[in-house]
Amino acid sequence: MTGAPLLSGLIFLPLAAAMIVLWLDRQRVGAMFTVALAGMGAALVVACVLFARFDSATAALQFVERTPWTGGIDYAIGVDGISLPLVMLTAVILPLALLSAWGSVHERVKEFIVSLLALETALLGTFLASDLILFFVFWEAVLIPMYFIIGLWGGLRRAYAAIKFILYTMTGSALMLVAIIVLSVQGTAQLGTRTFDVVALRTVHVAMPLQGYLAAAFALAFAIKVPVWPLHTWLPDAHVEAPTAGSVVLAAVLLKMGAYGFLRFLLPLFPQASLQFAPVMSVLAIIGILYGGIVSWAQRDVKRLVAMSSVSHLGLVTLGAFAFTVEAVHGSLLQMVNHGLSTGGLFLLVGVLYDRTHSRQLDDYGGVAALMPRFAPLALFGRPRATLSRPSAASFCRRSTCCGCIRE
Amino acid sequence: MTLPLVDLRQLLPELIVTGTAIVVLAWALFLPVPRQQPLRWLAAGGVGAALIATVMLGTQSTSAFAGMYARDALTQVLQATALVAALLALGLSGDYVSRTRFDGGEFYGLVLFAALGAMLMAASTDLLMLFVGFETLSIPLYVLAAFARSDQRSQEAGLKYFLLGAFSTAFFLYGIALLFGATGSTALGSLAARVGAPTTIFHAGIALLTVGLAFKAAVVPFHFWVPDVYEGAPLPVTAYMSVIAKIGAFAAMLRVFVGALALQAAQWAPLLAAASVLTMVLGNLAALRQTSIKRLLAYSSIAHAGYILTGVVAGTPAGASAVAFYLVAYTFMTLGAFGVVLMLQRQGHEADQIADLTGLAWRSPALGAAMTLFMVSLAGFPLTVGFLAKFYVFTAVLDRGQVGVAVIGLLTSVVSAYYYLRVAYTMFIGQPSADIEYVGGRWVTAALVVCAAGVLGGGLFPARLTAFVQQVAQVLR
Repeated sequence: MTGAPLLSGLIFLPLAAAMIVLWLDRQRVGAMFTVALAGMGAALVVACVLFARFDSATAALQFVERTPWTGGIDYAIGVDGISLPLVMLTAVILPLALLSAWGSVHERVKEFIVSLLALETALLGTFLASDLILFFVFWEAVLIPMYFIIGLWGGLRRAYAAIKFILYTMTGSALMLVAIIVLSVQGTAQLGTRTFDVVALRTVHVAMPLQGYLAAAFALAFAIKVPVWPLHTWLPDAHVEAPTAGSVVLAAVLLKMGAYGFLRFLLPLFPQASLQFAPVMSVLAIIGILYGGIVSWAQRDVKRLVAMSSVSHLGLVTLGAFAFTVEAVHGSLLQMVNHGLSTGGLFLLVGVLYDRTHSRQLDDYGGVAALMPRFAPLALFGRPRATLSRPSAASFCRRSTCCGCIRE
Repeated sequence: MTLPLVDLRQLLPELIVTGTAIVVLAWALFLPVPRQQPLRWLAAGGVGAALIATVMLGTQSTSAFAGMYARDALTQVLQATALVAALLALGLSGDYVSRTRFDGGEFYGLVLFAALGAMLMAASTDLLMLFVGFETLSIPLYVLAAFARSDQRSQEAGLKYFLLGAFSTAFFLYGIALLFGATGSTALGSLAARVGAPTTIFHAGIALLTVGLAFKAAVVPFHFWVPDVYEGAPLPVTAYMSVIAKIGAFAAMLRVFVGALALQAAQWAPLLAAASVLTMVLGNLAALRQTSIKRLLAYSSIAHAGYILTGVVAGTPAGASAVAFYLVAYTFMTLGAFGVVLMLQRQGHEADQIADLTGLAWRSPALGAAMTLFMVSLAGFPLTVGFLAKFYVFTAVLDRGQVGVAVIGLLTSVVSAYYYLRVAYTMFIGQPSADIEYVGGRWVTAALVVCAAGVLGGGLFPARLTAFVQQVAQVLR
């Protein structure tokens, strides 16, 4: 890899835009949005360049950058076939989320934009980090902007939803940090140097009972984030209370962090333990698929409906991740991207409706098609999902469940 | 009797601080209270000069006063930390002292003497020297806690701190007496030599010594004084004592446990581990329900004592450098948090309720951002120095295979996120009350900028700071 540090550019372009936004006068809303869009657009361009120059013939990390940071931690980033689709997804979804806020967020616009830009940097970093501690750093860094996005611009119970979101995730990741350090202690004994590099640590052999505990700690952190049933209860609250842009990013990208963790870290680092966990995880995933589908049937709040359907869809992703075949992993990844695009889109549509009706109740949307003739087909066709004007959520859930099974 | 030859250049930092303190006290006699600003500059200049002297003297290991005093890497790092804390405390108190018409000379003199005590504790290699440092640290803090003479809460805090502190000193001294009885010497080196044949008296001595230090460091179950004293003492004093007492106490713990008693780790490590777990759990749980920011930070100070203690529990050189790193990090983030509160006033009084911060971020975005930064760092989120501090102590502990301590420590830090983020959140919601007045001031602003730079710089580019504190490991290897 020669030339400019592509990945660092990708990660820090949004942050650079955030710095510029901070300097702008808070009255100049248009300028702030333009600068933020430019930053995110630049990141998208870089992501496209990355996509074009990505060599799909190799499984190794590409565009690797590595600088020692401190205490054995490296600033090490790289992209492979698992992270590339998610990087693309992030780079596409975040500008859309920003656009959805233009005009619908009226208060504290500057802070909102800065939070969203910081969120993009943290998300891209999470998907690109190849050092476990660096990954953890970005993973946790995602929480702070998201906490404020839910907590400050959210609905009535936003404070509760925001803190629930953060405490759930942190509990999982606290144990993951212990597991990361224990893994590197094992690695230090076997490799001779302290490292948190994920490629190097793959070669470290951890004896079975310990490997099981470490894998369990990782799995818990990721399962909370996905979320796997029964750890999903933070999700409906966070979704319902978050502002539209927050819901979009949460559903489209944040949930993928957990599934990405399964594929990128849990399976390669702890193959033996993952194999043992597979039955349990698969059963939980199937429960999640059915439970999410059935529960979303009964929802009257459209955001809650989409949230519960996400539980169902992400169950599919988890199921695919633990099926241990190449096709299943492909299916998982594809499902992640599809879910990201479609649920992101769905939340955008909900946002459009909410801005006009100030209601999230499905019953209030009856006859919307007559008032918004161009909106209805968009909802039907543009997103191959539920018909928003009829509360028949279960149909699409079942359908995509079937699709998922075939795909696997 | 001939006096021992002492190379006084070794003592230059201590001599500068002592000299400055005496000059400040004496000069104050000739200056009326409203015209004492020059003393502030003098005190800050003295501390700055001592800081430069400490760093210039290097880490070459030398001893003085018949082996009672050592100047080595541990001395240098912890003295530098104490001096930075003192410098920041002078900044934080500067405007407060003129606002409340405190007697500046006395105030700054006491701040300097307390710093001297912590410096001596860091440098002592003899139990008697340690005791001298311990008292030099404690007594100015008792006085400072009661410094607001017209405020009953401050008087109560001072008295409470003094009475309980006197007890802890007695424990400490009794411990020294027992150890002298067991080993026939007060040198820390003789504790190490005693390793072969431990006796009940020896163990009792170590236990009592630990009680004294644990009291100063606010370790559970010797923490009961902390919330009341922190709440009653004037704000800058609370800020200063939460930091300087910890620096002194943990410096002594490193000397005693990681240095002298390294080979007996199997006996003391489980006890200290239990204390640290209790401290982390209790401190964090009690902090959840506080409405006063001073009490919240008091319990947070207890909780952090637990985190720092885990570094001692590791008992390794890496653990010792982790302790030193944590002390630096704690100094920046805690003093920063106090600094934000010091910028506000509620009808002429301290704005010490969490509710007083309501909506502040919209009135002063920089202050809101700074407070958020300090809270996020105290909670141990990445990209701040607080994360790396926790990372180092828990790595040290896990290197020794003590998984339980690390798991409980990190889970309690999740609990801490709840109350720290609540403070940050409060600043962003609602309308600021009309009672709350922004007073600010140049000195406290400068100190805040330094704290924020420390928290961010230490969190993003930790290489130099890490290299500096890792020198500690050389001494204890």
